[in-house]
Order: sequence, then structure tokens, then C-alpha cells
Amino acid sequence: MTYILIFISAVFVNNIVLSQFLGICPFLGVSKKLDTAIGMSGAVAFVMTLATIITYLIQKLVLDAFNLQFLQTIVFILVIAALVQLVEIMLKKLSPSLYQALGVFLPLITTNCTILGVAIMVIQKDFNLLEGTVFAVSTAIGFGLALILFAGIREQLNMVKLPKGMQGTPIALIVAGLLAMAFMGFSGIV
Amino acid sequence: MKRLESNFLNMVLVLTIITLMAAGALGAVYTLTEEPIRLAKEQKKELAVKSVLPDFTRLAEPETANGLTVLKAYNNDDFIGAAVESEAVGFGGTIKIMVGFDAEGKIVNYSVLEQAETPGLGTKMVDWFKTDKNRQSILHINPSTVNFTVSKDGGDIDAITAATISSRAFLSAVQSAYQAYNDNPENIDVKSGASTHINVEVTDSTNLAVDAKAMEDSLSQDQKIEKEQPIKKQVVSKKSSNKKRGHKK
Amino acid sequence: MSKLKFFVNGLLKENPTFVLLLGMCPTLGTTTSALNGMSMGLATAFVLVCSNVVISLLKNIIPDKVHIPAYIVIIATFVTIVQMCMEAYVPALYESLGLFIPLIVVNCIVLGRAEAFAAKHSVWESFLDGLGIGLGFTGALLLLGMVRELLGTGKIFSFAVFPESYGVLIFVLAPGAFLALGYLIAIVNKLNRAK
Repeated sequence: MTYILIFISAVFVNNIVLSQFLGICPFLGVSKKLDTAIGMSGAVAFVMTLATIITYLIQKLVLDAFNLQFLQTIVFILVIAALVQLVEIMLKKLSPSLYQALGVFLPLITTNCTILGVAIMVIQKDFNLLEGTVFAVSTAIGFGLALILFAGIREQLNMVKLPKGMQGTPIALIVAGLLAMAFMGFSGIV
Repeated sequence: MKRLESNFLNMVLVLTIITLMAAGALGAVYTLTEEPIRLAKEQKKELAVKSVLPDFTRLAEPETANGLTVLKAYNNDDFIGAAVESEAVGFGGTIKIMVGFDAEGKIVNYSVLEQAETPGLGTKMVDWFKTDKNRQSILHINPSTVNFTVSKDGGDIDAITAATISSRAFLSAVQSAYQAYNDNPENIDVKSGASTHINVEVTDSTNLAVDAKAMEDSLSQDQKIEKEQPIKKQVVSKKSSNKKRGHKK
Repeated sequence: MSKLKFFVNGLLKENPTFVLLLGMCPTLGTTTSALNGMSMGLATAFVLVCSNVVISLLKNIIPDKVHIPAYIVIIATFVTIVQMCMEAYVPALYESLGLFIPLIVVNCIVLGRAEAFAAKHSVWESFLDGLGIGLGFTGALLLLGMVRELLGTGKIFSFAVFPESYGVLIFVLAPGAFLALGYLIAIVNKLNRAK
């Protein structure tokens, strides 16, 4: 039951992009086309799940054990940066087709604040490993959902005539605002 | 000046030195800020306790009842109330509150420690239930004497406008706080509870003298009661070995 | 005098929020009030100035191939210092900014300036650039925070301008952040074109 709650909360109610404002850069940056949005979501889901598990273990086994919690930020970001590199190299060797799909997005992920954000949130919320993993997967699904919906809308937007000042980012932000309003309808169901 | 070459030795060396310097700097700042951080956290809790209870001279050690933390407050040795930390799941996440009850179980005040309700609606709980308007105030009420739910559910308390879920959660947190306050066995025998605790808390020797005197006054009234006897002995022995106790603590 | 242009540059022409569109997460996430927005801006500016200075000092001894990890370590160090100092001395603010303080590490502005500016310029120039960009960012956050606080609750820095009941609550909530920023950028675009 807790897992279902965590899932619904992370995907809909506290959607990482639309209500927590994390990962706005890729949300605005790679949402111009539907296929790139899908690729990015996949890459984020992959790295986020791995990173959460690894940072969780490091926090519990190393930082907590030696009372070094103040090194959290620095250690987590280095782990994530290294992990992204590692995933890139391994994907290239093991599964060239997957690398083709996700490869371009991997370098962008290091500076995607959702990954570090989720890793820290799992520690702050005092989840156990399984809850943390469920949380990471559902957050990634929430991110993907928002990104793909948004990309779909933006593809349609291209065909609309807009005032000059509104073109590009401004209208994208306003559409995101409307999408966030729609997601507000989910609040209270958990 | 030319940039250092990217050979293996250079890379490892530079990265190691930078990391070591970073760790050193962080360690230094950590030791500097450790104390203020702890103080700030304590102060926050202390302020919350002070704001929800009438004036008290000392607090008992935290106790747990029904899984909630209960802090009992005494004016010298008179039990004057307790602050209870409680929580419930609201609209946007967990709501953590601290509620103060007086000795009769009436709510003295409350303080919201943590909440993630909708800004401008649910967040109004911080003041809403203190405002003396219609039936929205919960102060000076003993939760067991009224129907302690929102008026929408047939209760006696007005919910925050447009934030019924937050209000329900808030009231249920207060209610479980009241239960913890009530279930705490020591409230039944307030006086003896007070007496046993006096020994643990007082550190200042002048205070000790005052408290011990107050103790003796109260004990002389109860002297005939058998069960008070061991306590009196305890007090006397503790009084004579002040240093030892300080050490133990 | 000529050096001053590095400072002004970040403030207006290359304003990180309105022109470069970098660092959107804290821009949207922390501007529920003018005070929060400003504090977040200043914390970021501090990290930016320090990391810019240190990186330009060390630019010649960091081998090219490992410059990114080295920069990340330096930035993360300053972020953690800010984090600990805020927790110690302004705990209320630390709580309301929450997760966004450690996330300064992944703010594209900081790493972006290190890479694009500090690695190529002198210490003094990097300092001015960090200060300019940092204050430009602070100004943008302050503006957005003020607009949202005013429209949402009728207050600026908690001083009532008009009664709260006339406020449009949505501006303090998540969607309002997107809407307010969208319109602000549209206005900036319009002004830039008029020039």
C-alpha cells in the first residue's frame, strides 16, 4: 500500500517538474519534438534509478557510518557524474541500439537537477532502499509523463500564429503553467 | 603560463589535491557551524514549547505515549500541563504540530512545526484555529468535552475556508495529541510524578534548595501516605550527594 | 573602467534568467515571495563569485581532461559551505529554500560561467563576471518573487499593498510561477526588440 501511495504521489500529485520545479531545463530544452522527449525520459529513468540506489547505499554505508553527512552534496554529485560516464561507456559496448536511442542525452543528465534532487529527497524522507527505488522509478515516470505531454502540445503549437514577443520560451512557460494547473487537480487524492 | 599537460600523473595529483583541499575546507566549516546548527535546532523546539504552554520553571524529560512525544511542564513541583508533538497526513504532506494542554486537559496553544499545505489556504492553519471568530478557535477547549471535528462532519469546530482536508488533518493531529496526553499514566498521579522528576532536573544548587523546601512542604502533608515514603528517602539521599548526581548526569 | 563591462554585461545584456534562460529550477521554485527569491539569488551569487575566483586562480594547474570533475568539486565545496552557514545562522530561511540550496551545484549558470568565462580570464575579471551574473540572477529572482507575492497575496516583502482577499492565489502556487515567468520574459523580449 505504501508503495502505491509513493507511486501515485510522485507521478501525479507531487510531479517533479510541474509542482516541485526540478528538471525545468530539459523540460524546456528537449521538448520540441516528441521522439527526443521520449529518448530523454528513458535516459533519465535509467540513470535516476541507478543513481538513487547507489547514493542510498553510499549514504548508509559510508557517510552515516563515519559521520560524514556534511560531505553529502559533494559525494553525491561526483557519484552521479561518474555514473553517467560509466553508463555511457557500458551502453556503447553492451547495447549499441539502446545507446543510439539514449546516448545523446546522457551527457546532459549530469546537470539535470532531478537526479541529485531525488537522491537527496530519498535520504531526507527517510525511505528504506525499496521505498527509495520505487520513489525514484515513479518520479522518473512522472518526469517522462510531463515531458512527453508537453512535447506533444508544443508540436501542435508550432502551427499556431503567435505575437512575436510570445514566441519560443514565453509561450512554452505559459503552456507549462496551464499543464501545472491541470496537475493541481490531482492534489488531495493521496 | 602554459596549462599543465593532461598526463596520468598530473591528473591524479591535481584531482587529489583539490579534493583534499575541499574536504579540509568543509571539515573546518563543519566544526565551526556544528554548534550553532545544534543551538538553532534546540532553540526552535524550545520556542515552540514555550509558546504552547503557560509559564513553567522546568520541563521533564521527554516521554513517549501512543508513539508521540510528551513533554511535561512543572511550576516548581506543580504539574501545569504538557506539550505534545503530533502529526497527521494533510493535503500536501505530513503536518507536524505541537499542542500544549494545561493540567485540566484544555488546549493552551499550538504551534505548527512542519506543513506542506496549499499556500494561502491550508497554510492558514498556523493562525486560523487561534482566531476567536465564530467557532474556529480551539484554544481553552478540552477536546473531550466537545465534538472535536469540523462542522461539515457535524463537529463543533469551523474548518478553514476552502481547506477542509487540511482542517480535518489538523484536528485529528490535535486529537491524537490529546489522547497521548491522557494516556500518559503519570497524569493520574500528578504529584508523585512531579516528585520523582525533580531529582533529575535540578542542577543549580539554589534551585535545589527551593525545590527541596517545596518538596518537604508537600511531603509533610502526605507523610502518612505509605507510598510517598520511598520518594522522600530518595530526595534526602540525593540532596546530600549533590556532586555525585551531577557526575552521573 | 573597461573592466566594468564584465560586470554590467552579466547584469543586463547576458542576464542569466531573462536572456540566457539558465537556472530555471530555482527561478521557479523559490520565488513564492520576494524575500525567498532574493535570498536564493544571493546564495547563488556567493557560490558563483567564489567558484569563479578559485577556478580562474587554478586554471593553469588543472589538466584539461579532468577540468569538469575538478570544477564540480570546487563548486560543490562552496555550495556545502553556504548550506552549513545558512543552517546555522538563518535556519528559517534554510528550511523554506530547502532542497534548492544543495541543488545550486547543478545550476547550469555556475558551471556554465566557470567553463565559458573563468577558465579563460584573469581573477579580477572572473570576480566581476561572477558578481555581475550573480546579481543579475538575484535581480531576476527578486523581480519574479515580488510579482508573484504582490499578485498572489497583495504584499511585497510582507508589507500589505492591497487586502489579501483580492489576491490571485494561483500566483503563489506552482502554475503561477510558470505564467508569471512566461509573461516577464515576453515583456523583456518586447523591450529588447524596441531598442
